[in-house]
Amino acid sequence: MNHIKKILGYVWMALAPAIICFLMYEAYVKIGIAKPAERANTILQWVIILIIFMPISIGFFIFGKYAAANEYAHLPETSDELKD
Amino acid sequence: MITGKTIPMNAEKKQSSIAFVIGASSVGTLIEWYDFYIFGMLATILSKQFFPAEAGTAALLSTLAIFAAGFIVRPFGALVFGRLGDLIGRKHTFLLTLVIMGGSTFAIGLVPSYNSIGWAAPIIVLILRLLQGLALGGEYGGAATYVAEHAPAGQRGFWTSWIQTTATLGLFLALGVIILIRSNQGVEKFSAEWGGWRYPFWVSILLVGVSVLIRMRMSESPMFSKLKSEGKTSVNPLKESFGHKGNFKMVLLALFGAVMGQGVVWYTGQFYAQSFIETVCKIDFIQSRNIMLVAILMATPCFVLFGWLSDKIGRKWIMLLGMLLAILTYRPIYKEFIAITAASNRVQIVDYRLTKAGPLMPLVDVKDKHKMYIRQVIDTVYLDGSNFKYTITDTLIGYNEFGVNRPINLLNPTLIKYKAPKPNVVIEKTMGKSATWDMIWLIFIQIVYVTMVYGPIAAFLVEMFPTKIRYTSMSLPYHIGNGVFGGLVPFLGTLIVEFTKTDTNPGGDVLAGLWYPIGVASICLMIGAIYLTNKVDKNVMD
Repeated sequence: MNHIKKILGYVWMALAPAIICFLMYEAYVKIGIAKPAERANTILQWVIILIIFMPISIGFFIFGKYAAANEYAHLPETSDELKD
Repeated sequence: MITGKTIPMNAEKKQSSIAFVIGASSVGTLIEWYDFYIFGMLATILSKQFFPAEAGTAALLSTLAIFAAGFIVRPFGALVFGRLGDLIGRKHTFLLTLVIMGGSTFAIGLVPSYNSIGWAAPIIVLILRLLQGLALGGEYGGAATYVAEHAPAGQRGFWTSWIQTTATLGLFLALGVIILIRSNQGVEKFSAEWGGWRYPFWVSILLVGVSVLIRMRMSESPMFSKLKSEGKTSVNPLKESFGHKGNFKMVLLALFGAVMGQGVVWYTGQFYAQSFIETVCKIDFIQSRNIMLVAILMATPCFVLFGWLSDKIGRKWIMLLGMLLAILTYRPIYKEFIAITAASNRVQIVDYRLTKAGPLMPLVDVKDKHKMYIRQVIDTVYLDGSNFKYTITDTLIGYNEFGVNRPINLLNPTLIKYKAPKPNVVIEKTMGKSATWDMIWLIFIQIVYVTMVYGPIAAFLVEMFPTKIRYTSMSLPYHIGNGVFGGLVPFLGTLIVEFTKTDTNPGGDVLAGLWYPIGVASICLMIGAIYLTNKVDKNVMD
């Protein structure tokens, strides 16, 4: 199981930048095809989405990094284990 | 691992004390959800009252109000109030969130319209809405932590599940109050500047007042009090929660392995479902809400059931089973919604007394007298008692202005310069008894999934983090998972449907929007199944 956790860690690490690229591409396309009257609103929506999902994707990357480093091989059972 | 001293107390007293804790915490949280929902449910009226008529500006401001409050401010509120709760205590913090939420909700009901005070109206409403989001971000973590820290070991899932019912019951209360006032007043009175839509906001101050009085009688969480008396509270909860790898990796695991999937299942079952039956299936406003109300009422006890069950068999597999069932059945359920409400699946009564085509009603456009609308209402009744009302509107442009009181011959081609190629058809369906129950069951199934993922999650989160940084650590993943991943279900669902629209299929695939919750829940299910443990932490006092 620990081997699977580790391998999947690399998958999550790859998925995180892919999500950011996908969102940026979609934002570019959707803003481009928006009607002039709706453009400002479309830009605002996508800016908010990108602002929100960028840190989440970075968090997902870090999660993948921890998983790849087998940090989740054993989950803490006491609060003392949560300290660095 | 139990390090705290147990306070001697007989079982009966202990039981009534925990019941008071649950009651007082739940009522406040329920009111906060109620306050948050009424804004969303009355969004159409609010945008007309508070935002300027120019479509672009109105859309921009309402986007800010809806997006910013739901997605940015909620996690921010989780950080602000989570930190405060870990520094000064749970009781005072969630008392503060309640007052902010209630005060801003009441104030929204007092703001004059855009027509009366101009730009001040949308700006004040936007600020108040942001305060609502901030307060909501701080409330849930506090209430869940507070209850869990009072609950006896081995019953944490059961007792915290009462807090979990509040989000759904808040929706129920908001729906109920709005329907009650709207039905009594009628649409016109309800939507007027100082009409009935303001009452749900005003009601909030009474509810909050009562709840504040109750909460003031509550004592601080015993675990937090103990930490405080020993001088062991956190000095910097934010740093300890997110700056220390040991805790931060658990925050990430909570978000991606549980709360993210819970958020999308929650929003799909309760919000996307309602929006779908109203906008895609075209179910009448009141009936669609009544369907939701009955389904919610029937499914709510399952929160407690799954909370209780999670104490016996562990939290993980109940939550993941809820996600799995949602992934497997969402598309068949929504296909069934379409089938139940389709005209092609029912037998029309070919009887002119029951299938009525109303007269053609010409209406001259108020602003442009060259434009005329010809409206006709066709009522069709089906054998199962369903009634489909079609309002068909043709748009005509005349060479000359149309006279309001002047009779015109619509068939005279010399008068009509242009006729829109396709009429605008608005369909409003009122389903018969059997079809209504079919829809209630389908919503009920989805809310049962909600109860599976949401019922045990408070206990699950509480057990993941230590007392001194619990409020901060559990609030952030919860509000990102619920507010961001869940809150985006309607927006991203609609966006995905837009992708599927082509020239040959202008309506697109109406079920395509479900790929977002299905995709997020699938990733979460995989992460949860592989990385999470099913072990119930008997002691959360460390």
